[in-house]
Amino acid sequence: MAVVSTESVPIKSEPDVVTVRRRVREVSAQLGLSLVDQTKIITAASELARNAIIYGGGGSVQVQTLNGPRVGLRLTFEDHGPGIPDLELALRDGFTTGTGLGLGLGGSKRLVNEFEIVSRPGEGTRITITRWK
Amino acid sequence: MEKIPILKMGDFLLVTIQVDMHDRLAMALQDDLTRAISKTDARGVLIDISTLEIVDSFIGRMLSNIAAMSRVLDAETVVVGMQPAVAITLVELGLSLPGVRTALNVDAGMELLRASVNANKEMYGSRLH
Repeated sequence: MAVVSTESVPIKSEPDVVTVRRRVREVSAQLGLSLVDQTKIITAASELARNAIIYGGGGSVQVQTLNGPRVGLRLTFEDHGPGIPDLELALRDGFTTGTGLGLGLGGSKRLVNEFEIVSRPGEGTRITITRWK
Repeated sequence: MEKIPILKMGDFLLVTIQVDMHDRLAMALQDDLTRAISKTDARGVLIDISTLEIVDSFIGRMLSNIAAMSRVLDAETVVVGMQPAVAITLVELGLSLPGVRTALNVDAGMELLRASVNANKEMYGSRLH
């Protein structure tokens, strides 16, 4: 698998969620993802960027375009917040420790082709999502 | 600060969301609309989201909240113009917008609002003031 391009977008405060959405839209359109696939990964990115702010105290997202053999878009969200003690519970629909709907993690997982989450209590959380063309 | 305009047309309030809303703007719209309903005695609210490229759980919750608050204030809410890709994504995300009435476009939405206001009038007589 070849990484064609990589860039990092900071997620510090709430307006950055809009910046992340905008950048993911541009890159996924350039890659030629279908409109539905673009919408899915932008929505997932919006959820995860907001989570990084609310639960992770901010972080960043790495935007990578992939090629060879498959074309795709990979986003890696990283924060250095408190981490998630129980991943299984956090992925369950309706579960939230905040005030949201509890759809962010589980919902994002359903919107992408690959979803990987690594979280260590006290160190932070890294979530990688990929949508293939 | 940026604001989303609320237009009054007869008994109804109209909102067209044309910007990529950040969360604070969505919260402000929720507050502004609730205040506008009570100030103008509006009977219905029409929210056009045809230019919205995504509806995530935050915006979805805002739409549900607006519908619930306007119902408490005796007004109906209709959300119109959702793009098909947005609808597909929303359902897969797990949001079904409980309590939010939808219509395909502004015309159909206005029709729905008028019909429900008329039905209410017939059932309960005109509003007391």
